[in-house]
Amino acid sequence: MIKYLKTDDSKCVGCMTCASVCSRLYFKQDNPARSAIQVLDRGNNEFHLIACDQECRKCVAECPVQAIRVTAAGVVMIDKKLCVGCLACVAVCPIGAMRYYPGDSTTFKCVACGACAKECPKQALEIVKKEEGAAS
Amino acid sequence: MSVKKEDFKLLSETRFAPKAIERGYAMRTMHVDVGTAKATEKPVSEDMKKRFTGGKGFGLKLLWDAVKPTTKWNDPENEIVIGMGPICGNTNYPGSGKSLVVSISPLTGIPIDSNVGGYFGPYFKFGGWDALELQGKAAKDVVLFFDSNEGTVQIFEAPAGLGVDTHVLAEELTVAFAANEAERQNVSVVSAGSAAEHSFIGLLNFSLWDKRRGGVRVKQAGRGGIGTVLRDKRIKALVVRYKGVVQDSNKAADPALVQRTGLKLHREIIKNDDKQCKMRRQGTAHLMEVMNDYDLLPTNNHKYGRHEKGNELASWVWEKYFTQGLPDGCWFGCTMACAHAVDGFELKTGPYKGHKVCVDGPEYETAAGCGSNLGVFDPEGVLEINFYCDTYGVDTISFGTITSFLMECQELGVLNRERTDGIDLSWGNWKGACEVLHSMSRGERFGSLAGKGVKFLSEYFAKEYGADPALMKDIALHGKGLEQSEYISKESLAQQGGYYMTNKGPQHDEAWLIFMDMVNNRIPTFENKAEALHYFPMFRTWFGLQGLCKLPWNDVEPADNAKHPEPNKVPEHVQNYCDMYTAITGEKLDPPGLIRQSERVYNFQRAFNVRMGKGRREDDWPPYRAMGPVLEDEYLAREERYDKQMKEKIGVDPAGKSVAERMRITREYRTKQYESLLDAVFRRRGWTMDGCPRPEHLKDIGMDLPEVLEVVNARIAGRA
Repeated sequence: MIKYLKTDDSKCVGCMTCASVCSRLYFKQDNPARSAIQVLDRGNNEFHLIACDQECRKCVAECPVQAIRVTAAGVVMIDKKLCVGCLACVAVCPIGAMRYYPGDSTTFKCVACGACAKECPKQALEIVKKEEGAAS
Repeated sequence: MSVKKEDFKLLSETRFAPKAIERGYAMRTMHVDVGTAKATEKPVSEDMKKRFTGGKGFGLKLLWDAVKPTTKWNDPENEIVIGMGPICGNTNYPGSGKSLVVSISPLTGIPIDSNVGGYFGPYFKFGGWDALELQGKAAKDVVLFFDSNEGTVQIFEAPAGLGVDTHVLAEELTVAFAANEAERQNVSVVSAGSAAEHSFIGLLNFSLWDKRRGGVRVKQAGRGGIGTVLRDKRIKALVVRYKGVVQDSNKAADPALVQRTGLKLHREIIKNDDKQCKMRRQGTAHLMEVMNDYDLLPTNNHKYGRHEKGNELASWVWEKYFTQGLPDGCWFGCTMACAHAVDGFELKTGPYKGHKVCVDGPEYETAAGCGSNLGVFDPEGVLEINFYCDTYGVDTISFGTITSFLMECQELGVLNRERTDGIDLSWGNWKGACEVLHSMSRGERFGSLAGKGVKFLSEYFAKEYGADPALMKDIALHGKGLEQSEYISKESLAQQGGYYMTNKGPQHDEAWLIFMDMVNNRIPTFENKAEALHYFPMFRTWFGLQGLCKLPWNDVEPADNAKHPEPNKVPEHVQNYCDMYTAITGEKLDPPGLIRQSERVYNFQRAFNVRMGKGRREDDWPPYRAMGPVLEDEYLAREERYDKQMKEKIGVDPAGKSVAERMRITREYRTKQYESLLDAVFRRRGWTMDGCPRPEHLKDIGMDLPEVLEVVNARIAGRA
């Protein structure tokens, strides 16, 4: 099984609560550039949410030091002690869900912790499980 | 056998104060005398940094200081210097893990330089060093262990039973010196092999532990016999250990700019590579069918440029052999990832027959040099030669060019079974080629003779076997004693210059101008060609000053590259390099400044050649096989092209003339063309017509060091 953060763009109102929760939790600062969940403003009150689907695993295959692994829960995680910060994973990510903050030594991504989903006022986010290989 | 670190008898241990890298430099180098088992440090001055930049520049400077004009390759004072460069070891910009190795070459008697991947260079650098000098000769085989975390250098006597050939030795040492199984990726080994001990074409294998394969991979500092020097010093191997590579191990002035510039190229590679060179899937082997299509694939000792079976060694054939889906970079963060390998290959000959091994490659040069150039079109034959060259520690380029020369000599009747000690060297017989290798590995007569290189062999066959000396000279493909690498240069005057007007000998890493010249006709005049033969060798020298690989420069290009007025320079990537240099060192650099850094080192190397008694106009002269058709059937294979050229360019009507007469006219014309090119190139490079850097040019570029001026002034005055 794969645990992942399911996003629903149609419910998102762009309040940025999720980005705030995520960056405060992992970086101790309120900064959307340091949030693993991204909210893209498409205009006309339309928003697009980006977070790792935990499924394509291109980053896992690309990492030269095997710092990116899949946990037993089916979540793609970065071992920061092994990461050499090359950003190859950022380049291969097809949806831009692998992130880095300029000057930081390692990359970061959504690990399906669910903190943002709990706080989302519009229920645009939820943690769900899917079968390996099933379409997300 | 399995060895443990405790099996190694310690001869000496030196501990150095830790020194962090700042803005790409440690500002010190390490010197090890293996004769006395002493390691010392030398400071790097600001002046040295300014004039020599790093990498190959530092290597040549240290080598110059170590040797005398009379030093031979096997004198104890000769050194092997491994230089890294300020950009070396960053993980963001693809192709940033290179080391540059220099030494006085057994093949040429002048400095050789060889660019190599693998983890050794960066791991050594992060111990706080810009370069490593190895000097002296040990009494017994030694292993040098550099612990970059502890700051120690230990010299051990190699235990009895330790492997000799790289695929055994590098694995044994990696296992023995890694703290534990999980940390094998933190160890890198430099080694040669058994054939390096009995030839002049020995190479250095730089290892990397491939975590996914669970085994050692190797990249080669192949050219010029540096592995021969290593074994002559009785150095069995160098081992380095370093744990802690991070994004900013170079302590860059602007780490965010390093990231941004690197990420831009990562994305370009991911997006464009599949549509362009397919380096990620095929590596440099993608060139095979391109060269065959353009009549440029060396076939039968560069006699022909095409073969009907050429496609049997095409990229799609190799793609099936390469184990796919693994990131095959030779340093972290290289998304070009061209270092492919064939896993589980079962050997059919030699001491490891029946073993299933990992073959690193083949890369283009090996596939061409040990494939088509030997008339070998069986990919498994190429893989077998590739594996044994690597593990025995010999250069596939020199070996390919030597063996093709031997095969042609058999065809010409110069060699027979008696003279080859029973080895059949018919075209296409890859097992015969392997027999030469095995003979070289065992130190037997014929293999050792072959290992001396084509310059030696061409003279030897004339003297001992009564071969026509002129013919031997024409078909022995070497410049300055170094075997030519694997492109047909005879139809491109600019590429003849690209090969033979080089500092170390005919290697394609200085200039590859065949398409610009022959196919696209972008550099029609002597002045155009001379400009290219100034710009490209200078530009490409820069990679070696920095610790960079050339491939991500033009084996992937921005999608809009063609719109630039000078697309061959890949201007956007040149700017990337300037940005990377500035981001790491904090010093501004623009494209002219980049060329100037290279010019200093390039001219220093030329002056070094002069100092060693070479570096004359005659030393830049190619064998005729590299310039035109030597034999009648060679002329006839391209008769239409040659006759057309005679009519249109030479102004002579070929009608009614014998083949011999047409060959003579062609040869005379091409010889004059080359003379004119030499004049134009020497002028453009600021050299005398004898190829010596002029003192005023050295002053202009900031390389008017007293010791350099003394050398060039003596040559110009006719005293040396």
